[in-house]
Amino acid sequence: MNETVPIVLLDGVEKSFGAVRALTGVTLELRAGECLGLVGHNGAGKSTLMNVLSGNLAADTGRIEVAGADITGRLTPQNAAAHGVRCVYQELSLCPNLTVAENARILHPSIAGIGWRGAARRLIGEKLDEVFPGHGISTDDIVGDLSIARRQMVEIARAFAVTTAEARVVILDEPTSSLDAVAAKKLLDHVRHYVKTGGTCVLISHLLGEILGTSDRIAVMRDGGVVALDRASAFDRNSLVKAMGSVADAEQDRSAESVAIRDTAPVVVQAMPKTVETIALAAHKGEVVGLAGLSGQGQTELLVRVFDHASGTKVAGEVALVAGDRQTDGIFPLWSIAENIAIGSLRQFLKGIFLDHAAARRFADGWRGRIGIRTPDIDQPILSLSGGNQQKALFARALGSTAKIIVMDDPMRGVDIGTKQEVYGMIREEAAKGRTFLWYTTEMDELRNCDHVYVFREGAIVADLRRRDMTEERVLHASFRSDA
Amino acid sequence: MTGVATLIRQPWLWAWVGALVVWLATAVFTGGKGSGEVLSAAMTFGAFFVIVALGQMFVITLGPGNVDLSIPACMTLAGTVAMKSMDGASAMIPVGLLLALVIGAGVGTLNYSLIRLLRIPPIIATLSSSFIFQSAAIWWNRGLRVKPPEALADFTTAKIAGVPVIALFVVVLAILGHVLLTRTIYGRGVVAIGQNMRAAHLAGVKVERIRAATYIMCATLAGLCGYLLAAFSGGAALNMGEEYLLSSIAVVVIGGTSVAGGFANVPGLWGASLFLFLLVTMLNTFGAGAGVRLVLTGLIIIGVIVAASGGKART
Repeated sequence: MNETVPIVLLDGVEKSFGAVRALTGVTLELRAGECLGLVGHNGAGKSTLMNVLSGNLAADTGRIEVAGADITGRLTPQNAAAHGVRCVYQELSLCPNLTVAENARILHPSIAGIGWRGAARRLIGEKLDEVFPGHGISTDDIVGDLSIARRQMVEIARAFAVTTAEARVVILDEPTSSLDAVAAKKLLDHVRHYVKTGGTCVLISHLLGEILGTSDRIAVMRDGGVVALDRASAFDRNSLVKAMGSVADAEQDRSAESVAIRDTAPVVVQAMPKTVETIALAAHKGEVVGLAGLSGQGQTELLVRVFDHASGTKVAGEVALVAGDRQTDGIFPLWSIAENIAIGSLRQFLKGIFLDHAAARRFADGWRGRIGIRTPDIDQPILSLSGGNQQKALFARALGSTAKIIVMDDPMRGVDIGTKQEVYGMIREEAAKGRTFLWYTTEMDELRNCDHVYVFREGAIVADLRRRDMTEERVLHASFRSDA
Repeated sequence: MTGVATLIRQPWLWAWVGALVVWLATAVFTGGKGSGEVLSAAMTFGAFFVIVALGQMFVITLGPGNVDLSIPACMTLAGTVAMKSMDGASAMIPVGLLLALVIGAGVGTLNYSLIRLLRIPPIIATLSSSFIFQSAAIWWNRGLRVKPPEALADFTTAKIAGVPVIALFVVVLAILGHVLLTRTIYGRGVVAIGQNMRAAHLAGVKVERIRAATYIMCATLAGLCGYLLAAFSGGAALNMGEEYLLSSIAVVVIGGTSVAGGFANVPGLWGASLFLFLLVTMLNTFGAGAGVRLVLTGLIIIGVIVAASGGKART
């Protein structure tokens, strides 16, 4: 491997979508044997840049070289793959109606002939075992039946798998947003192992700890350009946040208030997972209740039961839901941003028996401002937004509704740190006005914003922690069986 | 010129353009003779298409797999029962209408129950239920052809200044359908369900209530169409609904409604109905044989659908 020639060179790459300038002249090189961390706010251009590199979008101007060969203008997803560029997209790209092994075959055309199925099973199975030991996925599972975390694992393992097609550059766009802490750790360890053996990795994440701990170099993007690029050791959390252009809030101690709510406010939600031995969950008016644990331990199921007012739950009033798996549970792909926001509150726009579309649009536009959705026009299709901004629209849909109880299904996937702080603030504000939140999250930082935390394991609630008793250690301890 | 640009992007435009082109081609061929009569006939027959297509449009918009195949059987049953109960008596006209609508609503309720309670896919549920309704119509009718009340028959064939009254009536019905689709919670719900049923449920849309209402409305409109068509053609016949099975779907699709659901429009239904009728008329005028006519009809429908979806497929 020639050390002086970068494996990928992007030179002055620009890309516009109508009036939106997504990339404003990005120059960046990737070297063999390094992990480049890429951070920036939602809509800063990270995903667009990676889509250009993987051949999904054609750059308007600029030069792209892979391994010294100028392939500007000839870059297609197939061509990029032939040059060893692999991408794990933020919006997963597996075919839901095929099995894990069949999905692996799609990316590896060299697996062919009699026995291809067995070869595909071995390829993806071995990679899954290598990256995520103890993953619990069968290579014959239909992808659509897997949880979002497991789908993510399959997608990642597929990108790292090598047949005659090499994996020279692997792009990971928010790979850990759907994974719990344990699986994320396994992945990041694998990334380090992979770059040590000469591979190149681009890691996009909003979790700055991951970026700082895994990358060799870090590039910070803002408004479509790279604004800072240096060795990872030259950055710390604060300098990264500053370069991205937002201010990290100091954490406040709220444990005293939390106790007061538990002791005085009425109970508005009572629910219990459908397992034999479990603690019951209770949420009081104005409380932010966290549902913790590893991903896929029954948290989502409980939230949906509360949303449905299912038998066995006691729920006082209307419930709105913020989806985390936004493609499956949240977005209406044919609608505009405004329509996607207003669908949760249609009753508010009734004039007699007819809907007042102008009022609905004003309402959505108001939320665009409040929650900072990056778009010049809310009549644009929802799919024109970056993943994080779509998520903001889903927040706006739920917060804008009249529901007094809001359940959130790991809602911060792909949301940047600045927006997270704003949304945390909004949640606190709404809770202070008497709204109740049930918040499933796999991130420790988010649990610190909760008044009370229940830890889930294998479909049951196994720990009931007050805010002042909650520590990362206790949550993790409860998340694993004592005999495992 | 944003006005023109917006017009060109309208999904219903192609059906109307198609109808106009076909009509002009016929007029050129005949030297303009009888063009007015052709148009008037197109409006009458188009009106019957639009009534059933309106219901079918809402059903198809509910998303993949949703379609009502019981429309012909429902039309036949409602037509025969209504004609026999009225037995040509003008005083019974409202009773006959009510019967036809109630039968339609009953058919819709049964269809939805099969879909919901027995979890049968809509395509199978409505197809199998249509055998029951068709048999019921045969049993009820026993091959008799009962003449409709004269006043009712007159209404279905009446014209004001050359425009069929029934077409005017269906234009009003279509406007109501348009308002229902675009300006009500129900209509927004249908479109949301068609895009993503689970997301619609989680966004607070009353999914099952809306699906039930849609299947019932579709069958009720089929009942109405059966009633009017029987009156128009001088009595109910057991095969009267036959051509409405495929044409109800064709009209919806040519009109620019998405077969995959989640996207619909009403103006296209009228354009597509006129187009379908005028197309057959044109081929008849050209003297095409039955075989050639069917092949060309098929090819032209495919062409219109490709033209109508051409703009969207690329995005």
